[in-house]
Amino acid sequence: MSGTGVASVSVALAGSGGAGVMTAGNLLLQATAQAGWYGLMVRSSGPQIRGGEAAALLRIATRPVDCLDDRFDLVIAVDWENVHRFADEIPLDARSLMVGDPDHGSPPEVFAQCGAPLAQIPFKRMAKAIPGSWPNMIMLGVAARLIGLPPETLKSIVRKSYKRGAEGLAASLAAVDAGVSAAAELPETLRLVSPRRAEKPRWLITGNEAAGFGAVRGGVRFVAAYPITPATEVLEWLAPTLASVGGALVQAEDELASINMAIGASFGGVPALTATAGPGLSLMTEALGLAVAAEVPVIVLDVMRGGPSTGIPAKSEQGDVSIALNGLHGDAPRIVVAPTSIADCLTATQWAVHLAERLQAPAIVLSDQYLGQTRAVVDRPADVSFKAERVLAVPHAEGYKRYAATESGISPAAVPGTPGNAYTAEGLEHNERGIPSSQSRDHLAQLAKRERKLRQHDYGRHWAEVEGQGDTAVLTFGSCTGPAREALARAAEQGVHARLVSMRLLSPAQPERLAKALAGVRRVLVVEQNHSAQFHRYLRADFDLPGEVRSFHRAGPLPIRPDEIYQRITEWSRA
Amino acid sequence: MESRMSSAAAAAPLTWQAFKSDYKPIWCPGCGDYSVLNSATKAFATLGLRPENVAVVSGIGCSSRIPAYTSCYGFHGVHGRALAAGTGLKIARPDLTVLVAGGDGDGYSIGGNHFLHACRRNVDLTYVVMDNHVYGMTKGQPSPTTEPDWDSKLSPGGTGLRTFHPLVIALAAGANFIARAFSGNPNESAQILAEAIRTPGFSFVEILSPCVTFRPEQRDWKNLVRPAPVAATDDPARAARRIMTDDGFNIGVLYKGGRKPYQPPSGKATKHLAELEAEFTI
Repeated sequence: MSGTGVASVSVALAGSGGAGVMTAGNLLLQATAQAGWYGLMVRSSGPQIRGGEAAALLRIATRPVDCLDDRFDLVIAVDWENVHRFADEIPLDARSLMVGDPDHGSPPEVFAQCGAPLAQIPFKRMAKAIPGSWPNMIMLGVAARLIGLPPETLKSIVRKSYKRGAEGLAASLAAVDAGVSAAAELPETLRLVSPRRAEKPRWLITGNEAAGFGAVRGGVRFVAAYPITPATEVLEWLAPTLASVGGALVQAEDELASINMAIGASFGGVPALTATAGPGLSLMTEALGLAVAAEVPVIVLDVMRGGPSTGIPAKSEQGDVSIALNGLHGDAPRIVVAPTSIADCLTATQWAVHLAERLQAPAIVLSDQYLGQTRAVVDRPADVSFKAERVLAVPHAEGYKRYAATESGISPAAVPGTPGNAYTAEGLEHNERGIPSSQSRDHLAQLAKRERKLRQHDYGRHWAEVEGQGDTAVLTFGSCTGPAREALARAAEQGVHARLVSMRLLSPAQPERLAKALAGVRRVLVVEQNHSAQFHRYLRADFDLPGEVRSFHRAGPLPIRPDEIYQRITEWSRA
Repeated sequence: MESRMSSAAAAAPLTWQAFKSDYKPIWCPGCGDYSVLNSATKAFATLGLRPENVAVVSGIGCSSRIPAYTSCYGFHGVHGRALAAGTGLKIARPDLTVLVAGGDGDGYSIGGNHFLHACRRNVDLTYVVMDNHVYGMTKGQPSPTTEPDWDSKLSPGGTGLRTFHPLVIALAAGANFIARAFSGNPNESAQILAEAIRTPGFSFVEILSPCVTFRPEQRDWKNLVRPAPVAATDDPARAARRIMTDDGFNIGVLYKGGRKPYQPPSGKATKHLAELEAEFTI
């Protein structure tokens, strides 16, 4: 490898279902990670369960990356049959390179029109010539050669992950070599700069795994699960993991059951979580109100997908902001936390567990399909000490009042098994003892208590990520943080300096903290991925934003690209 | 020495009255649920339980107000989800005795799906349904167990729908213990409840509990109930025949199986938290 080359390369591997593009993508990501680069891989597939078209969208870089790039440098198709369905997701231009099998169709019209040259490699014929091999391994060799990944590193990963017999492995390795050779004549413009020696330990992880890990680290030991795309992997990761740390996961009959099971377990003193997506969150809202009223901590991880209704199950959108912030009846203060990156799914979820338990309230973690299902090479997240620490009542507490209207609003919780403090956790409005009451003074006192405990808590520096300087700011949350950060880095290279504020804590709102973070700012660009600017409307309602405020919002499923933010920020700040 | 004394004190059996709270029920005079409360507390006392180790979990409805009337830990949740909450609690805290209680609307209508799955899951808890064939709290609408021709404002002339047969459905869905009791016989009900709690797995006890306000004709139930003519069987086919063909007034334990209670794989921690990150480390 030479010291020259590109700092980031974007590669799309595509083909029909069963062609093995996801396997190839995962191996490529693992191998580049092994070689020392950073990167990520977004899985994109059609609506079919199996057998539909698929694309592995990769970005490999010399530094950590949190989002896909604006365009792709390289698209390799095992076959072109249904690749047109991904045309919107794989933007190409004249500098891109297309590689395909001439025996299996030709690039879709939109690709051909962009002016990118096409290299022909007969993947299937080449695979046939190596008995026992598959075209996706040829593709993998081609990709490795084009981006400058040492074949030996790739082959060591293939060896490690191969699970079917020595003959098949030898064929796969031969196919990789054949791919490397076949690409020898192709341009070398896409080769990456050699990776720097990794100074810090790195992880290869998805946001869904990170969220599950954060939950376990925070102290969650009960999970109720109902499968739903794109949250299922969280639950599947947690099932064996929880058992290995002394917890339990139970599959519920529906989301109404899963949230109520979690609340029941937490009433028993065991920190509890469920993970779902929009349709499940809709079903859970009634029980979340119970958790507010009865003051039972519970964590709901919402891996957002396109909505409303069944929507677009396997694609990302930040459309659940409003339901997360406002979707309960009555005045129901709750905690809403949004991870700012794939790796932050760990910290944000761990923090949410801590906050829910500390404040005896439900916490919603707003992840999304992009954060959840994208696998990325990340620096090992810094350890945080957030733990589930519920304030518990001592046995035989004198004149015990479960819902005592304390100054902090937090009243010691008695866990079943504690003698002398039995009470009834109550969804009816109640007095301090938990006895149902419809009297005005009890209602006012309990509403105020529940609001006070969330408002008075010191959320510390974790409420947001605040970066950069300048009188222009991008204000965003969740998976838009990655493209926003990249856009501002590009703007800075052009001499346009702006701040980035990515809010991790959406509820309770922190207007004073935000005002401080935006002090001196004259222009605020609010960025989010949904159709009706839900985040912007929330900011308008609960905050005083300085200067001129503009909203850049667009629905999924296409990701917000760095360039879209870059253009808006640079044009605006020069205006 | 001191700890021995306190453990001796803790072991002293409690009276059934000790399982009652000082909170006055909202139930109408003559409601069958008063008697169910007595039976449940008697069962707890008979079994030598301690109030702090018992959790009474309910949903919404007249009978679902029962947790606060006991001196046990109570959970008064949302409508229809008591079994889900009780299931989560018991799985997370297998050391507790969990009694889930409610009415026919809560359990068979809005909570019907959870009823099916609680039967098949067979978690070690007891589910008591105080069945009065009516929604009482909302002042008299037909429930799944209401007769098809029962006239009401919401369903003038009756619903015309078949009544739900909870015991047959419980059996078909896999409940491990099925009994019918009558609130008018509190001591017998207490015995049935004690046996239900003692029996491992999901125990379902349907207690006929008259609503004298909206179904005054149910005062006559005391003349209709009778002990089941034969003892409990462990043969589901035989139990099915009996439960299908009886008139709904045979009282006693009708089915008692031997299914192993459900508990998900959990228990001893075999991994340290720090070990978990190995799978992600490059």
